[in-house]
Amino acid sequence: MNGISGLLAMGGYASFVWPAYGIALAVLGGVAAQAWRRYRASLLALDRLQQHRASRR
Amino acid sequence: MINWLANPARFMRLSAKTLPWCGWAAVTFLVVGLYWSLVVAPPDYQQGDTVRIMYVHVPAAWWALGVYLFVALASAVALVWRHPLAQVAAREAAPIGAAFTFVCLASGSLWGRPMWGTWWVWDARLTSMLILFFLYLGDIALANAFEDPSRGGRAGSVLALVGVVNLPIIKFSVDWWNTLHQPASVMRLGGSTIAFSMLAPLLVMATGFGLLFVALLMLRMRSALNERRAMALRLNAGGPQALRSEREQPVPARTAPQS
Repeated sequence: MNGISGLLAMGGYASFVWPAYGIALAVLGGVAAQAWRRYRASLLALDRLQQHRASRR
Repeated sequence: MINWLANPARFMRLSAKTLPWCGWAAVTFLVVGLYWSLVVAPPDYQQGDTVRIMYVHVPAAWWALGVYLFVALASAVALVWRHPLAQVAAREAAPIGAAFTFVCLASGSLWGRPMWGTWWVWDARLTSMLILFFLYLGDIALANAFEDPSRGGRAGSVLALVGVVNLPIIKFSVDWWNTLHQPASVMRLGGSTIAFSMLAPLLVMATGFGLLFVALLMLRMRSALNERRAMALRLNAGGPQALRSEREQPVPARTAPQS
């Protein structure tokens, strides 16, 4: 029970340990990805709006 | 301090500098923490490898409570002083706290099944944590239920303050009632009772979670302030005429969720 297979087996508790880490990664990663996409979109919208206004002057 | 921070332009300058550092520090701590907790840390002599669930469960629980306290304090500042940034901070922190609470509940359930023989029990600790999750969801829903975001924000702030009563109930639930959940072993009077080989990765993960919260909060607050500025630009453009010309030459007016 050494190396990678030992790590994956988690002493027989693989089906509890890995999902716990997976859920944490999925949820927090999802929140982070959403925050990043929203930030990019907010920058882009602000940028276009300012350019649009500048071009009308 | 409060007044100094009240200036959104100052926040934008400050966060532009600190956000990248905070984000990369969070990634570093989490990568090191994951390796430490999954590979280096020893299995428990009673719980075997399931003890590794602790390294996501406990930091998520700490920050679920910590973020709620932050939301409540920011809400209080927003209600009392009409602090323009505090309202934004409270509203943008709440979904992150809800995510931590969900991770805590889900990982706890996955820990409970092999160790207690059940996914869930309706005892004090678990139930009060579930109530915290609902408080977060209620706060988010209430803040978004009004057409005027500032009215929604005030309603959400009041709910956040009322919900603070739940925090000591969660913390002391393991002492006040009989529960399957173990009592505190890190933050307790008389010192911690956890072995260093397990405490160290736990603290690294907790630091990583905390840095992640600060980085995500800054990112979300920056987004909200950008969106607010875009809205002001659109409204200030000069009444119906401007609105018409924008319609002819469409600007991607992303109506972002005010969460």
